[in-house]
Amino acid sequence: MSCKLKFDQVNEGDELPPLTLTNVSRMDFVRYAGASGDFVPLHYDQTFVEFAGIPTVFAQGMFTAGVLSRCVTDYVGVGQVRRFKVRFTARVWPGDTITCRGRVTKKYRTEAGEGRIEGDLEVVNQKGEAVIRGSFVAAVG
Amino acid sequence: MADKNDIGKTGEPFVMPIEWGKVREFARAIKDPNPLYFDREQARQQFGEVPIPVTFLMTSAFWQDERSMPAVSFDLSRVLHGEQEFEFFKPIRVGDVLTGRTLVADVYERQGGRGGTMTFTVLETTYTNQNGEKVAVARSVIVETGTRG
Repeated sequence: MSCKLKFDQVNEGDELPPLTLTNVSRMDFVRYAGASGDFVPLHYDQTFVEFAGIPTVFAQGMFTAGVLSRCVTDYVGVGQVRRFKVRFTARVWPGDTITCRGRVTKKYRTEAGEGRIEGDLEVVNQKGEAVIRGSFVAAVG
Repeated sequence: MADKNDIGKTGEPFVMPIEWGKVREFARAIKDPNPLYFDREQARQQFGEVPIPVTFLMTSAFWQDERSMPAVSFDLSRVLHGEQEFEFFKPIRVGDVLTGRTLVADVYERQGGRGGTMTFTVLETTYTNQNGEKVAVARSVIVETGTRG
């Protein structure tokens, strides 16, 4: 398996290396729509959103959550995540810069002896507003 | 609008093959350049096959249809995706053929900030693989915002 992180190397309070995405674009939303199958028009159809009284299209929450998931897999390794949870708290607009970050809150071993960490996750925009709050559980070697 | 009577409703099972092309496309869309999704030889050496990104099960949208969704009527003009959660029990890799089944796990109400009642529906999809092993559970919380009375 691809376990990058060793149990002895990680401590409660450790921060995940942050991941910043600058200038989020409409093309990002269109690409995510095609890749995910989420064709809700709020994310690519300007005429539709204006009719709904919204100034511009905005990101699919799961686009931003996908970028956040990379922050976790870059840290613990692909295949190590046991739980990933997100709550959407604000919209991400074209031109926004988003930063994904997280912190280890707990380290323990399961009854079977597998090392585990738990942590909090957050995505903030360029104004420092949280657009996602989340958490994860991962296996560590 | 969803209500408590919807709890326990299930959709028909749906089949979802895990395909490398889709995994690559999805990884590109979430801007994840990890070579394990793009270099099949490296992935095979490390995992046996190309693994999936954490949120890849969202692509079940391509395999689900009206019959696989529980019969719940949402007011689409007031619907938001509030939360999403994935739990993983076994690895999921390219070549696996998953079977998913979606259940209305819960429906509850809360008072909205600006008055009106918000309705929260928890849709839980359980995935098993071709060996009958439970591999993952995906939970979506769908929010219907309140009408101001």
